[in-house]
Amino acid sequence: MTEQIHLEAVAPKDVAEYPGERNTRRAFLAAAGAAGLAYTAALAYPIYRYLASPEEMAMEATAVTQVSLKDAQKLPAGSVLMFKFGASPALLIHHADGRWVSMTAVCTHLGCTVQYEPQADRIHCACHGGVYNAYTGGNVSGPPPKPLKLFKVTVSDTSVDVSRA
Amino acid sequence: MTTSAIYDWIDERLGLSELAAFARHKTVPVHSQSFWYYWGGISLFLFLVQCFTGVLLLVYFRPGAEAYESVRQITFVMHFGWLIRSAHAWSASLMIFSILVHMFSVYFMKAYRKPREFGWLSGMALLGIASVFGFSGYLLPMDELSYFATKVGLQIPAAIPWIGPAIANMLRGGPDVSEFTVQRFFALHVVVLPAIFVPLLGFHLWLVQRHGNASPPCVEALPPPERKSMPFMPNFLRKDLAMWLISLNILALLASVFPWSLGKAFDPLAPAPVGIHPEWYFMSPFEMLKLLGMIPWLQGEPGEIAGILLFTLGIALWVLIPFYDKDRESGQRARAAHYFGLLAVFALLATTIIGYWTIR
Repeated sequence: MTEQIHLEAVAPKDVAEYPGERNTRRAFLAAAGAAGLAYTAALAYPIYRYLASPEEMAMEATAVTQVSLKDAQKLPAGSVLMFKFGASPALLIHHADGRWVSMTAVCTHLGCTVQYEPQADRIHCACHGGVYNAYTGGNVSGPPPKPLKLFKVTVSDTSVDVSRA
Repeated sequence: MTTSAIYDWIDERLGLSELAAFARHKTVPVHSQSFWYYWGGISLFLFLVQCFTGVLLLVYFRPGAEAYESVRQITFVMHFGWLIRSAHAWSASLMIFSILVHMFSVYFMKAYRKPREFGWLSGMALLGIASVFGFSGYLLPMDELSYFATKVGLQIPAAIPWIGPAIANMLRGGPDVSEFTVQRFFALHVVVLPAIFVPLLGFHLWLVQRHGNASPPCVEALPPPERKSMPFMPNFLRKDLAMWLISLNILALLASVFPWSLGKAFDPLAPAPVGIHPEWYFMSPFEMLKLLGMIPWLQGEPGEIAGILLFTLGIALWVLIPFYDKDRESGQRARAAHYFGLLAVFALLATTIIGYWTIR
């Protein structure tokens, strides 16, 4: 509204001669604004993709469904092997009774990496004291809201294959 | 109502209206040579681009033994990493170019005269630091070219009698260019140099605000009513920003159409690649040293020392020009300074052209 008053006050004759002027001006400003936005987007897009590269690589890694651990069948009973399943750490436990169990090592509470304690035969998170069952991944005590996810384990003569259950 | 209340609250504490009043009264002289006033601003803009793209490269660059691998990753693995790196390299070249244009325009407009001597001196220091930025940044990818460029470049301080070799070893971090060199050049490039450059740049810009743009002598000779000027806000600022936009477009074009290459990883046992030559802004001193070495009685070390002496003398005369050519009247000294400037431009251009001409 103020724009119109201003225009008429400054150049009433021009407005009378060119009734379309206000529209042209508005159209010009809109086009300039759109061009500016497009320009900024053209600058911002490569920078965003550049900074997001590791995240995208991690996303590709999460698509992994199976990991083959060469020579892991030699893991002595009563011990643990830490490995990377996709982008996140995981546990392979060879229990004293000979059973093989594999599960994610990311605590469901706040994302710390958990550890297997052979003497207590339990999984413990040092951050806030969460405890999980070392066979099922189920919650035993502490703050974690959900159990640890189990993987399927296949032991062969040359490797241990872990896959999404 | 509330906006003005907030403005008043801040203004009372920070004195914004004083700044606004200063900006309103700031003017820029208008004459046939006004075009040259943009080049300081363009240099500033390109420096800001360097800061921005430099921080982006810092996100993935790893100095030391992994330097080459991390630059390879930036160039070929990270999305648009080649573009960011190319923009950083091109903007460095363009920044040196615009600083040189800025310097020569100041020189020939005699804008270094009283009271602007400190502007000239700080500007020369900024140019000096900018070239050290260029030299140290060139090593960081640790490919063949950067390895040999650094090796050759450090022969210049090494040629200083007595203390030269110790200085070169200190800069290199050992007798040869290695991962220790890239580590300390990195510290220099991203911490030490910015820490000196930025305050000096602030001082330089503050001086420009304090004294305003200098007019060339022919305009200053006019009586005040005949001198024309335009307000800085918004007229000149608008043109300044338009120049920044043009610079950004040229940079984007160069960086994307001519992406900066990455050579093979450096190998201390490999021979220097054929056709190796310094960056264009180091071509002239490189060629001058080469030409001096061709004079029969200056071959070898005496030639290097003579070259360094000549440079030092030439640069010292150049830097001290405000104290020689200080009179407002265009007398003999003013003419001598003008011819000295023409000689410098001629020598720089000629040796650069010969340098590129004789690349084998």
